[in-house]
This record gives sequence, structure tokens and C-alpha cells, in this order.
Amino acid sequence: MPDPRAALAQSPPEAAGHHRLRWKTYLFATVVVLSAVLGNTALAHGMKAVDAASPAQYVTAIFHPWVALGVGLLILWLLTRMTLLSWADLSFVMPITALDYVLTGVSGWLVLNEQLPPARWAGIALIVAGVALVGSTHPSSGRAR
Amino acid sequence: MIRWLLVLGVVASTVVGDVLQSIEMKKVGEVEDFTASGLTRLARTLARRKLLILAIFFMAISFACFMILVSVADLSFAVPATAASLVAETILARILLQEHVSPRRWMGAALVASGVVLLAF
Repeated sequence: MPDPRAALAQSPPEAAGHHRLRWKTYLFATVVVLSAVLGNTALAHGMKAVDAASPAQYVTAIFHPWVALGVGLLILWLLTRMTLLSWADLSFVMPITALDYVLTGVSGWLVLNEQLPPARWAGIALIVAGVALVGSTHPSSGRAR
Repeated sequence: MIRWLLVLGVVASTVVGDVLQSIEMKKVGEVEDFTASGLTRLARTLARRKLLILAIFFMAISFACFMILVSVADLSFAVPATAASLVAETILARILLQEHVSPRRWMGAALVASGVVLLAF
């Protein structure tokens, strides 16, 4: 990967577009990951509080504030992920959004004081390394060709 | 046995849903207009995409299968199952969607998938 500043000096409009697409991609990927983690946490928290037993209770559970917040965040997740896929490759988006496993694990350790066994830390390290590798490629192979 | 059938259900429906979603969103093209009128127009375009509706249906099936899976099996069994869909989708992105998957991307996807498997321990 050449130095982006050097590329910017060579052909300003194209390099600037490339740069803009990259930051737009990172911004949307961040929203996708955060909405997945927060949405799932809110939904799990709410469903435990509701403790639904019959199918009817599952339907009325949607009116519980935590469940509603979770559903809202998961709708945001779906929409931002779809928007991201309008320009970024699936083979780019899939590995990148696996960061939500990392965030879930680390937040469990930080907030809930859960003990993470060494293997899980190793898994987190591998995911972070993999995401860094994939994230350094161009989000859209259609443009790269 | 039922656990593996549910894993198959999660992986298959996730893969089909994501591939369909990717195909349709590429046809829609890069979303650039984030004003209220631009987003309304986008919503109208998306509502007409039949395969996109099908994609959301498959995502709902995947979600339901995953919910049943975690109710009959441990999360440590269920989560690594999603690693399989990651590998399958990268392969299908190369074959079906004709994405250019560079060696760096293959390696990254493999690292992420093995990392997800390790989360089970």
C-alpha cells in the first residue's frame, strides 16, 4: 500500500475520493459494530426482565423499554449494515464486523468483572489482528481493479 | 443432533441472507445522499427490491435459529458456529459476487474465523 499522502500529491481528485470512501467506511463500520453490541445487550437485559413464558408474552415484550431500545438499535444495525454493503465488499464487511465479539468480551471483562480465560484473550487478539489486516485493504474491489 | 441441524440452519440462512443483501445493495449503488429527501428516495428504492425483502426474511430465520440454538446449547457452542458462515461468505464473495479477495483479505478472514473459534474456550 503506497503512502496515501504521496498518492494525494499525484492525483488529487481520485486520491481524495479514495480517502473519503475509507473514512466513510470506518464511520459506518463503527456504527454497525456499536449498534450490534448495544442492541443485543439491551435486548438480552430486557428479555430477562420480561421473563416471557407464552407466545403472547413475547409479543407484548416489545413494549418493555429495554426490549424496545434493543429492537430500535438492531433496526439501526440492519440499516447501517445495508448502507455499508452498498459500496463495500461482503468479504470486507463480514470480517470487520466480527469486532462485536471483541467488544462484547472486553465489556464483560471491564463492566461485569467477568474472568476471561487465556484462550479467549488469544481469540480476541486473533480477531483484532484479522480485522486490522482486512481493514487495511480497499473496501471496494470494484474500484481497486 | 438437533444442535447441528440448528447450526446448519443458522449458517445457511446467514450466508444466503448476506449474499442476497450484498447483491441488491451493489445494484442500488453507493449511498451518498444522507439528506431527509435522499433517504426517503432510498427507502422507496429498497422497498421495491424483491431479493432484499427475501434477504431480510432469511436474516429473521437465522436470528430465530440462533435463539433456539442458544436455548438448547451453550453459547460457547453457538458462537463458533458463526465462524463457519464467515468462511463460507468469503468463499462465496469470491465465486458468486466476483469480489477481488486479496491474499491479505483471505489471511485476515482466516485469523478472524480462528479467533471466533477460540472464544469457545
